[in-house]
Amino acid sequence: MADSPLARAVRWDTVVGALLIVLLLFSFGFVDGFGNALNLSFLIGNTLPIALIALPMTLLVVAGEIDLSVASTAGLSGAVMGALWNQGMSIETIIPLCLLLGVVCGLVNGLLVTRLGLPSLAVTIGTLAAYRGVAQIVLGSDAVTDFPTQYLDFAAGRIGDTFLPQAFLPFLVLLAVAVVVLHATPFGRSAFAVGANEEAARFAGVRVKRQKLILFVATGFMASLTGVFWALHYASARYDNATGLELSVVAAVLLGGIDFDGGKGTLGGAIAGVFLLGALQNVMSLLNVSAQSQIVVTGVLLVVSVLGPRVARQISVARAGRRAATTQT
Amino acid sequence: MPNVPATQLKPFTTLWGRPADVVEEPLMTHPSDTGPAPVLALKDISKSFGAVRALRDVSLELFPGEVHALAGENGAGKSTLIKTLAGVHRPDAGQVLLDGESTVFHGPADARDAGIAVIYQEPTLFPDLSIAENIFMGRQPRRALGRIDHKATHAATLALMQRLGVELDPDRPARGLSIADQQIVEIAKALSFDARVLIMDEPTAALTGSEVARLFGVVRTLRDQGSAVLFISHRLEEIFQICERVTTLRDGAWIASEPLDGMTEDDLVRRMVGRDLDELYPKQDVRAGEVALSVRRLTREGVFTDVSFEVRRGEIVGLAGLVGAGRTEVARAVFGVDRWDGGEVEVDGRTLTNGAPSTAMAAGLALVPEDRRAQGLVMDMSIERNIGLTGLRSTVRAGLMDRGAERSRSLDWAVKLQVKYARIADTVSTLSGGNQQKVVLAKWLATGPKVLIVDEPTRGIDVGTKAEVHRLLSELAADGVAVLMISSDLPEILGMADRVLVMHEGRLTAEIPRSEATEETVMAAATGRAA
Repeated sequence: MADSPLARAVRWDTVVGALLIVLLLFSFGFVDGFGNALNLSFLIGNTLPIALIALPMTLLVVAGEIDLSVASTAGLSGAVMGALWNQGMSIETIIPLCLLLGVVCGLVNGLLVTRLGLPSLAVTIGTLAAYRGVAQIVLGSDAVTDFPTQYLDFAAGRIGDTFLPQAFLPFLVLLAVAVVVLHATPFGRSAFAVGANEEAARFAGVRVKRQKLILFVATGFMASLTGVFWALHYASARYDNATGLELSVVAAVLLGGIDFDGGKGTLGGAIAGVFLLGALQNVMSLLNVSAQSQIVVTGVLLVVSVLGPRVARQISVARAGRRAATTQT
Repeated sequence: MPNVPATQLKPFTTLWGRPADVVEEPLMTHPSDTGPAPVLALKDISKSFGAVRALRDVSLELFPGEVHALAGENGAGKSTLIKTLAGVHRPDAGQVLLDGESTVFHGPADARDAGIAVIYQEPTLFPDLSIAENIFMGRQPRRALGRIDHKATHAATLALMQRLGVELDPDRPARGLSIADQQIVEIAKALSFDARVLIMDEPTAALTGSEVARLFGVVRTLRDQGSAVLFISHRLEEIFQICERVTTLRDGAWIASEPLDGMTEDDLVRRMVGRDLDELYPKQDVRAGEVALSVRRLTREGVFTDVSFEVRRGEIVGLAGLVGAGRTEVARAVFGVDRWDGGEVEVDGRTLTNGAPSTAMAAGLALVPEDRRAQGLVMDMSIERNIGLTGLRSTVRAGLMDRGAERSRSLDWAVKLQVKYARIADTVSTLSGGNQQKVVLAKWLATGPKVLIVDEPTRGIDVGTKAEVHRLLSELAADGVAVLMISSDLPEILGMADRVLVMHEGRLTAEIPRSEATEETVMAAATGRAA
């Protein structure tokens, strides 16, 4: 069945991008308080942690794996950051140590998956609990808030008079890196092959285990970076920082058209998914939709996003069948 | 014909299905003017997919009690025709006649209810369920309160097995059954649905000689009981062995329906390809050069032991043996997708790292694996990117993919190997089996290998493509590539190899020069009989 150029252009990731634009236009026009700089900076600032982790998560899901321990890794780095700060260590030493910790967390996940051949879903549900537990042991129920002002200002501040958070620029750089890695390097090309058919990728000389290990480590690193950002952005390092964030990340990535079975999707779609969910929650809050209803809407949207591409495909198949039936007579 | 109630026999069963009776029919016509009515017929069927006309005015008649061959190259329209019979595709034009009456199948369930069953090359049984449970999955006989009646299930399965003339324990789990026995279970399942027409799509592709004989025994029993069987195989000798009539398709068009009696394999090939076929085994004489692949005392515990051999530049070395003798496993270990426990492999003078395909590739080794769908190709990826997958190190500029270079490399090799495709960006799953195999070959030849290992290079591909692959291998050897060819197709080994290595139960048992290699010497070594 030859697709028309138009039909091929209507891919799920462009649909999500279009939905995001429609939502933004609607919100600017009809939702009171949406367009002011303070609200927009809140929206972006609150969405950034999800977006940061979504970058490596997209690559990981494309390669056929998943990491559910990201929020716990983020919480653990925040907790360690707070504990070390209480010990009087300098913040310039603490932050690299926290990032290193994230690398170790990712390495543990990656080694369990690649060396022992365990499914990543099971492994990272385990480490989700384990890392969070360690975070609680490290910091107890304390909240550390007295980080140096210039760091807090950076994480919470805006660029000049604009609505953009200062952290948005580094995010754009990381986004560009991730887009290039996934869509324009041999590494990214291999990730798609591994996700679509691991066996064939191995027979083509792709170092599958190394590839997955690198992706888990990158995910751990980005999760700890997010943990550091979170603690500074909200000026609070607690063991339960970012709890449940992994579900938002996975939801957004799937909404953005990344196939849960691996091998399909674009990073642009994933990031559009992240900001679509973020903007939707923001708008619902402004419209005084209750928190419970927000969760319901998000959940329904997620189911629709998983169903959407499939339904679209079935409609096109049915249409082809009807065409065949009419030419028959 | 034991265990067959008389009512199941159609009156003309014994008349039809005997070559002697069919001979009197004029060539190239449908033998339907007289005699029994076809149980299933296609009349002037056409089917298009977009711009591709898969079938054009194709007709086919299947009579009770006959085994009918469907012949044609890959892409000739056989699959589309089968899917039309099975209710998967609705024809754009033409009629499907069931017992002489025009019918429309709205889906596979309609075809099944009409008594049509398709047996595929790779059966899909539930490995942990018993044979009986597999056959009656979802419709087991019930006792009170909806409990499954195991006794009745067992008895019904036993009756089916007796009808097929085979002894298989109904309570045995499907896991561990040979592929032939799995197919027999599928056939039994079809019979339990009262199938009158069995369509067998390349059932023998993965079978050994004795398994083929077992399957054919069942097919003959079915025929004698009045079933119509449509049989598809790329092995021409099998068509002549088991079928009475053949319908040939070429490029979607009906070429002929005729009795096989009196035809030769060459006649059939000519109908299929539309011309005289170039030599099937165009082996050139090449003087062997220096050693390119050297395998020394390679061992993988429990799989193969102490395997040593060399392949020289310009040589084609055949690796023969029964399925399970360890040939594929040796190739996998040499290439690095499996680890070895002892021994050494050298390619072009470089010692390979254990378990590292990327270093093997860097040394100039290429492996065209046995299973092209699972190992050779990423089915959902484009032709371009599949070929490109082996070039991720070469089509790179400043660390980024050079898409222009990737495309021209892929196009180059797709054209060189005459892959038939619409767009290079189409997924490989849209190609026919033979063209898929060419993409796998293109993918590996694009690496410019010094040593090429091909594992079952022509399994499941049509005779025209087969000849092309053989010519290609011969040319590669002439260009100085060392070729190791694993094949279960004995004529292919004998026709193409300069030397034949034979494995038996994980050991290399014989090395036979071309001059002494015959079916007898190779089979004697392969079965462990002293040559």
